[in-house]
Amino acid sequence: MINSKVFLTGLKSLKGSRSPAIPLAACFIALGALLKDAGFNLQQSAASSLFTYALPGQLVMAESMLVGASIINIFLAVWLVNFRLYPMTVSLFPLLEHKSQPKWKYYLSCHFLAVSSWLIAKESYKKIDKRHRIDFWIGIGIGTWSTAILMTVVGYLSADYLNKDMLVGLAIVNPVYFFCMMIGAMKNVGISIAVTLGTILGPLIYLITTEWALLYAGLIAGTIAFLIGEKSGK
Amino acid sequence: MENSQFIIIAILVTSLATFISRFMGALTSEKVSINSKIFQWFNYVAYSTLAALLGRMIIFPAGVLSESNVVIRILILIVCIIIFLSTKKNLVLPTLFSAILLTVLNNI
Repeated sequence: MINSKVFLTGLKSLKGSRSPAIPLAACFIALGALLKDAGFNLQQSAASSLFTYALPGQLVMAESMLVGASIINIFLAVWLVNFRLYPMTVSLFPLLEHKSQPKWKYYLSCHFLAVSSWLIAKESYKKIDKRHRIDFWIGIGIGTWSTAILMTVVGYLSADYLNKDMLVGLAIVNPVYFFCMMIGAMKNVGISIAVTLGTILGPLIYLITTEWALLYAGLIAGTIAFLIGEKSGK
Repeated sequence: MENSQFIIIAILVTSLATFISRFMGALTSEKVSINSKIFQWFNYVAYSTLAALLGRMIIFPAGVLSESNVVIRILILIVCIIIFLSTKKNLVLPTLFSAILLTVLNNI
């Protein structure tokens, strides 16, 4: 059903000098501590990472709850901040498609889609035989997902021992890691423009509209990068 | 509504709002060919949206990171990118360094 050798190759991407385990651990420890602060119990904190597994959305949920937002507002705020997962899935899953693989693997494993797993898969899918790429993806996904859940629990349990400065220090690891990975992915003109323009437009548009900033910035920067990338032949 | 019930509903709503985008992406992927222009466009939009999110996380962060100075955050990011590029793209070194540096600088 699942090719165990390829699955393990995916799982092993957690090791080594490019491991996403460190930034994942850092940010989910900080999240676990934040959820405790927001009034969650241990089971609820673990369930949040188990079922959502998308840090920006979980942060929005916790912060919305702290300011007393309604359920509808939480839904909309999370949907908007996590909408990025839609273009991310569409830009990855066609690369993992194979006729011999059942659809349920794709429908269930889309839950593993997050920045860390997406960047690893985009970087290394070519090394895997087309037929088994989905199993490779499931390996990456299980590894990153379980790390996130475990570290949320660790963060919750160690919240009392972590002071504010340490939590602030942990929280920067995530954007720093992903920025470095994105810079590593800038191998052609189009992607370089997409990343640079997105980085500038994200905070700029945020000044005009907080909720829609990511969507607008992604669409504008991505479309400009596409047009230039197509013209330059890359 | 009791606080515990509200938390459970918030978790479910957050999970649903997140899974919708992933699942719609999986369904759309079935109709997208990797050689098509639309696939290329989605690829660029994905990178841009991710970059926009990261840019926002550094300039206008949510959570505890907002309790640090924006100039320090930008400075740390630049230093870490330089470390990343000068260590044959090692990711562990710049990330560890960023946490230590911000913990120290935020305490001054």
